[in-house]
Amino acid sequence: MVNESFGGLRFANVRPGMTVRVVAILTETPEIRRLQELGLTPGTVFRVVRVAPLGDPIEIALRGYRLCLRRAEAASFVLEATA
Amino acid sequence: MPLPPTTETRASTPDHRPRGNPNSGKTSIFNRLTGRHQRVANYPGVTVERVSGKVRSGEGEIEIVDIPGLYSLQATTEDEVVAVQAISGSIDRAPDLLVCVMDADNLERNLFFFSQLADGPTPVVVALTMTDVAERRGRAVDVDGLAAELGVDVIPVVAHKARGVRELLDAVEANLIHARPARRRHQEFLNRRIEKLKERLARSGVDVAPSEVVEGLSDRFSELRRSVDEIPELRAALQEAAPEGDPDIAARYEWAAEVAAAVLIDKTPGKRWTVADRMDYVLTHRVFGLVAFLGIMFVMFQSIYSFAAPAMDAIDGFFGWLGELVSPLLAGAPALQSLAVDGVITGIGSVMVFLPQILILFFFIAFLEGTGYLARASFLMDRLLGWCGLNGRAFVPLLSSFACAIPGIMAARVMPDAKSRLATILVAPLMSCSARLPVYILFIGAVIEPQFGPVWAGVALFGMHMVGAFVAIPIVFILNRSVFKGKRLPFVLELPPYQWPKWRDIVLTMYNRGKIFVNTAGRIIFLMTIVVWALLYFPRDERAMEAYRVRYSRLPAAEREAVSEETYVQSQQIRESYMGRFGRAIEPAFVPAGFDWRLTTGVLAAFPAREVVVPALGIIFALGGEVSEESVDLRHALSRATWPDGSELLTPWTAIGVMVFFALCCQCASTLAVVRRETNSWKWPVFMFTYMTLLAYVFAVLIHQVGRLLG
Repeated sequence: MVNESFGGLRFANVRPGMTVRVVAILTETPEIRRLQELGLTPGTVFRVVRVAPLGDPIEIALRGYRLCLRRAEAASFVLEATA
Repeated sequence: MPLPPTTETRASTPDHRPRGNPNSGKTSIFNRLTGRHQRVANYPGVTVERVSGKVRSGEGEIEIVDIPGLYSLQATTEDEVVAVQAISGSIDRAPDLLVCVMDADNLERNLFFFSQLADGPTPVVVALTMTDVAERRGRAVDVDGLAAELGVDVIPVVAHKARGVRELLDAVEANLIHARPARRRHQEFLNRRIEKLKERLARSGVDVAPSEVVEGLSDRFSELRRSVDEIPELRAALQEAAPEGDPDIAARYEWAAEVAAAVLIDKTPGKRWTVADRMDYVLTHRVFGLVAFLGIMFVMFQSIYSFAAPAMDAIDGFFGWLGELVSPLLAGAPALQSLAVDGVITGIGSVMVFLPQILILFFFIAFLEGTGYLARASFLMDRLLGWCGLNGRAFVPLLSSFACAIPGIMAARVMPDAKSRLATILVAPLMSCSARLPVYILFIGAVIEPQFGPVWAGVALFGMHMVGAFVAIPIVFILNRSVFKGKRLPFVLELPPYQWPKWRDIVLTMYNRGKIFVNTAGRIIFLMTIVVWALLYFPRDERAMEAYRVRYSRLPAAEREAVSEETYVQSQQIRESYMGRFGRAIEPAFVPAGFDWRLTTGVLAAFPAREVVVPALGIIFALGGEVSEESVDLRHALSRATWPDGSELLTPWTAIGVMVFFALCCQCASTLAVVRRETNSWKWPVFMFTYMTLLAYVFAVLIHQVGRLLG
């Protein structure tokens, strides 16, 4: 369906140091809504700062601040790496 | 969580509410405005605290309410719902003014929240905080430009230096008389999005948007979406065109980004975060970070576990001394004497004795939170706790509970989400607290060590400390899938820049937590102590006491030598008290666990406070109530105890069963009192008591029965 038409980069496979843009958001849940309210809206560019020692959560720099989130809870975000 | 801070004020008995993104410096401003004159209560029926204070203003007073931090007015969790209701006035008096505490170092997200507040009916004043932090990182804010853009007063405040606090208060007073309306330029961005959306829908052949939908002020987008939702093919068309997330949020952020770009003056582009980044490189590193974390947690734990001991001993000693001082004064009235000494003085003492641990723990929490480290610790620990349904923030409450569940449960306040907080509170008492140690030492010393040697004794002691933690994992798992099922927010953390903590805020945190404990939980603990005293003291019948003395004088001489008359009469009296009668009545229930009447009575006597089991067993085995867990006599008495048929009472299996019972059982009235206070309901302490006691019983029976099968 619609979801499958978006492949590409997801939070599950971003690495520290990458600069990433939010391309699309696949679901509409309160969880996803909250991440948008924190600034992760389509088009937002952010940098992956680091990954916690146990692989999750990850820290990203967006809109002038630092946010940590769990990869699995942001699975609906379709991303693309930018130059 | 970051919240945009806002404050509301009312004119006559005005009510000022600071609201803001979490970490924005809201609490510092609140502390600065109200000083020590704060009142901490609960909003009716929920676990969320209402913190308020008053400040003089001309002839009258302004009431200021510190509202829990919010990221958005779209509330999901209980805390957020309460915060939003407090803003709208549906749970509290409607505010006259909101003070939005805006973090200059995190302007875009704070502007997003401001745009939501500005859409509401209550006037807003902005307190701009963290300008010093932003400046250190090379960012300055054009305050006049920001004020012109927003339309409302913008007052820069550096709370810990008291800079701008007076000006903020002046602005609040002025706006209470004549409020400046917000400009709401973000509406233009919203309108543009609506137009685009309509165009796209029109292109796919559907004309939506009855005019009133577009004009509805508050949630126009959700209205629009609803009409879209009613037409499935439309929805599909929309999604295909661009899965663009929530257009309302996107439009507000579009505005916020534009404003931030205009008013932020970047002095040293590219230099941001360097100090914090270097510190974070170490403090969140997979090796150094974990080492530093363990070191910091070790110091914290040691402080609660060991350094509090002298203060606790002093408090114990003082109330013991007071009892001895008061006792002779009431010698003429034994019931009154016992009530005063064993009831009232012991009761107050048993409340006060928790204060050192609570104050020390909250010192550490306020300190670590103030520096920004607590967020890093949660970042490190989240994976470890997350897989069973908790999150990184649960670490400090759970670790503290290994010293004592009372401060541990109070520390669950660091969790902004009510469900996670409750889950943490409900398993915190399963962590092996220091009051369980004497029980382990007694039984390991009596049974395990003599039979298996010191190495296995050590293993047993370690195992006992782990049992509760391991059992907690499936409990949390089950709770999350049953009791706490439902909407959950993603776990997010902000890593704020490192800062020196503000001593004023630390001291106020300690003061407030200590006060809350004594005033609310303390009152319940005190009442429970009196009730337990009465159950052990009554019925008291002088003729029966006389009969015990006669019975004592008829005991064989050898037995009389082993036990004093007072100890003997005491043990008989306890046997016949209401509590003792109850204990004997339910004795048969404990036979499957291998407990005889003596162990059962000891277990029951320990329900108000588990450490009481040692003196209780001393009395029951007629060694007197003064024995300690190191007592050789008591260990011998236990290891030699037999059933009436001569078989051994405490096999190693039964001893482990007893210890596991103590590890899992909720034998602590003070814990229940604190849970009552923190959850604002008797439902949760009752639930906790029931599940823990059942769990303890089932495990003790299982271990004893397995032991019997294996011989």
